[in-house]
Amino acid sequence: MKILVAVKRVVDYNVKVRVKSDNTGVDIANVKMSMNPFDEIAIEEAVRLKEEGIASEVIAVSCGVAQCQETLRTAMAIGADRAILVQTDVELQPLAVAKLLKALMDKEQPGLVILGKQAIDDDCAQTGQMLAALADLPQATFASKIEVVAGDGTGARGNANVTREIDGGLETISVTLPAIVTADLRLNEPRYVTLPNIMKAKKKPLEIVTPEGLAVDVAPRLKIIKVSEPTRRGAGIMVPDVATLVDKLRNEAKVI
Amino acid sequence: MNVLVIAEHDNQTIKPATLNCIMAAAQLSLFSDSRLHLLVMGHNAQPAVEAATNFPGVSKVLHADGPQFAHALAENLAAQVLAVASNYSHILFAATASGKNVAPRVAAQLDVAQISDISRVDSLDTFERPIYAGNALVCVQSLDAIKVITVRTTAFDAASASGGAATIEVLSAVPDQGKATFVGSEIAKNGRPELTSAKVVVSGGRALGSSEKFTDVMTPLAEKFGAAMGASRAAVDAGYASNDWQVGQTGKIVAPQLYIAVGISGAIQHLAGMKDSKVIVAINKDPEAPIFSVADYGLEADLFVAVPELVASL
Repeated sequence: MKILVAVKRVVDYNVKVRVKSDNTGVDIANVKMSMNPFDEIAIEEAVRLKEEGIASEVIAVSCGVAQCQETLRTAMAIGADRAILVQTDVELQPLAVAKLLKALMDKEQPGLVILGKQAIDDDCAQTGQMLAALADLPQATFASKIEVVAGDGTGARGNANVTREIDGGLETISVTLPAIVTADLRLNEPRYVTLPNIMKAKKKPLEIVTPEGLAVDVAPRLKIIKVSEPTRRGAGIMVPDVATLVDKLRNEAKVI
Repeated sequence: MNVLVIAEHDNQTIKPATLNCIMAAAQLSLFSDSRLHLLVMGHNAQPAVEAATNFPGVSKVLHADGPQFAHALAENLAAQVLAVASNYSHILFAATASGKNVAPRVAAQLDVAQISDISRVDSLDTFERPIYAGNALVCVQSLDAIKVITVRTTAFDAASASGGAATIEVLSAVPDQGKATFVGSEIAKNGRPELTSAKVVVSGGRALGSSEKFTDVMTPLAEKFGAAMGASRAAVDAGYASNDWQVGQTGKIVAPQLYIAVGISGAIQHLAGMKDSKVIVAINKDPEAPIFSVADYGLEADLFVAVPELVASL
């Protein structure tokens, strides 16, 4: 079966973003961009499923500006076989991305789609669930383990047992394939990309399509009114010892 | 138009997160004369439904019952919400693992955007939410007819749970969607309060050094305070603490009365999960640790000495 993996180009997680002075957004000019960390985990999982002989092909997809090609090259350096960029300069919101991915699913007919559980820029955590809804397929979000149990190699009919991180612990559900899975932190540890694999990735096919070509309306549904800095906590104090700490908590903060 | 809140419950009682969600819904009603309905989907959830009728502000409790709701599978819950969605202008879920699982599925089927993790209600269609791990706040206006929202529970006080007299309407339950089945779960039962609703949270970091030391040092502290246990991502990655204890951008968001960070350096992703706590205490031997920049009380000390001393003096 084919596995489709969606990857997003985001501000690197080590960068502390600054709000623009005109409050229209955050300043991402000249900051380091990387693949969303959860999407890296998603790609790694798909590549492992291929290495285990469960998947036949791994296709990486990204939606956004031309520079997303770099993110797709990284995905192919991890081990994706080919890539598709849905190129647009429109600000894409999760519903629009889910619609684009649905259009690509109709074309590619994957047995499994894996996405990161959330992007670390907008922190929405929506796209996977939305794609599952639009495709009328089962979803297994926040996955920490994926076990394909009855795939017949074509993705025609099978099941996957997915262990999910939920409040208070873990749960395992069985979903019929095709299904949509979103990756949590502990699904795997992505491999380091090696130079030979980066070179190889440059030769892998990368197709560019457009939202218009897929007949998807990607107009934003949420209008950004203002982006602002959160209020900072006032500076606290250092206490010299445990006795002072207990005294402060008891008599000043009155929390014990 | 009315507002629908999706209840989170264990069939016996309604979870505290739902009360925070009701508070957010009540703020919406300041802008219109909408009524607030609560939807309980469960299996033999009559006790939870009865409890919900006592919530002031809730005028009606909708109850859908059946084995297909026993394990809160997203496909079944979303289908039930969709069966009543057209009666509402706003559908609110708590931004918990369960709420985040179901809400986008509902929104996409309604062909509307979902507004994640709102921290403020500005009007019927305008909401504030954190982005970039809380390093920025965005105010967004929804252009859709139905607003599907998840609520950051720490940003809203809990609504009162008694004194109301809501009516009950039994809904015909949608059939099992046949897409997923529950296999099993591992839920830790430790008798401590839930991390996201605890009044006191004690969190440990990588400096604890091992799973055994994490338990030895942190458990007495948690017991002394009746606190929930949390952990930094580094401590979870190192295997010192279980996954669902992780506090931060991609883990749990907490805002207790008192948050004690032990041996946690304070990466921005961790601060994103706890910086709205009322009082923050940090114990760390590195005076340069970023956690001290958000702490009300910082103690530069060896945690293996300071924490037992703190436990002894409480």
